[in-house]
Amino acid sequence: MTADSRTADRPPAALRAEALEALLTERGLVKTDVLDGFINRYVNDVGPLNGAKVVAKAWVDPDYRARLLADGTGAIKELGFGGPQGEHIVVVENTDEVHNVVVCTLCSCYPWPVLGLPPNWYKDPAYRARVVREPRALLAEMGLVVDGAVEIKVWDSSAENRYFVLPRRPAGSENLSEEELTALVSRDAMVGVADVKVAS
Amino acid sequence: MTGAEALDAVGATALPRANGELVFDEPWESRAFGLAAALADQGLFSWRDFQTGLIAEVAADESGPGEYRYYDRWVGALESLLFQRGVVSLEDVDDRADVLCHRPAGHDHRDDEHGLHDH
Repeated sequence: MTADSRTADRPPAALRAEALEALLTERGLVKTDVLDGFINRYVNDVGPLNGAKVVAKAWVDPDYRARLLADGTGAIKELGFGGPQGEHIVVVENTDEVHNVVVCTLCSCYPWPVLGLPPNWYKDPAYRARVVREPRALLAEMGLVVDGAVEIKVWDSSAENRYFVLPRRPAGSENLSEEELTALVSRDAMVGVADVKVAS
Repeated sequence: MTGAEALDAVGATALPRANGELVFDEPWESRAFGLAAALADQGLFSWRDFQTGLIAEVAADESGPGEYRYYDRWVGALESLLFQRGVVSLEDVDDRADVLCHRPAGHDHRDDEHGLHDH
C-alpha cells in the first residue's frame, strides 16, 4: 500500500507508535532494553552539559580551541563525547564582529553528543523559517538583542554538517575556573539564541 | 503554551528557554524516538535513510500554525521506512492500534479523539 492510499482516519500517531513497538518487539526485531537504553541515555545522560564542558575548555585552553575550530568532531571526542549525530560537527565561533545562530531548515539535525536532543522550539516550523528570514528580530524576541554593528550568520545544519556555536567568554569571568565557566554555558548559547553571562 | 505559539509572529512572548526544558511533550514521543534509534543501532536501516524520510515527512506537513506535531511526522517517517522494507504493513499497524484503542477501561484513552483532529 502506498502513502497515497492512506486515508484521513488512520489512528493517531501515539497509538501507531505503540503498535509499532509492540509488533517489532514481538517479532524480535527490537529489544526493549536497547530501546529503553537510548531513551535514558538521551533524556538523562547526554545533554547540554557535555557541550558546556567543551566550551569552557576552549575558553581556558587556546590549543584546544584551535583544534575545536579545525575539527569539531575530533576535539569533542577528546573529551569522550561521540556517537549518533556526532559526525561532522562544525564549530563556529562568536566574536565581536560576528554572531552565529544554528537552525536545521529541513528537519531537526542537531549535534546530539554535545547538546542532547533538540528542544521543541528548534523543531518548530516558525523558528526554522524565521531565523533565516529575520534572524535579528527573532533573536530579539527570544531575549537576545544583537548589536546592529554585529553581523548575524545563520548556519543550516544537515546530515553533512551539524553546527555548534562557541559563544564569547563573558566579561567578568577572568577569574573563574573551568568548572565554574562550565556552569555558565547554556544550551541556548550553544545554538546561538542566547549569550553567556556571569551570574550576578 | 507550546513552542509554536510562543514563536508565532504576532506574539512577542519569550520562548521556553531553560536548559532543563522537556524535550518530549508526551511519553509516547520518547518511545517513538527510542524505537527509531534502536532499530538504526541494530542495523534494520541506516540513520541516513530514516533522516531522508523524516525530511520528506516534515516537508509534506500541512498542519496549520500551532498544530504542528513533530513526533507525528517522526512516526510517519518510521512507518514509511518499515513499510518500504516490508518489515510491517500499514494494516498490521492500524489493526494493532485499533486493538490498543479498545483496551479495557483503566488504560489512558486521552489521545484517541484528539489525534483525529490532526489530519
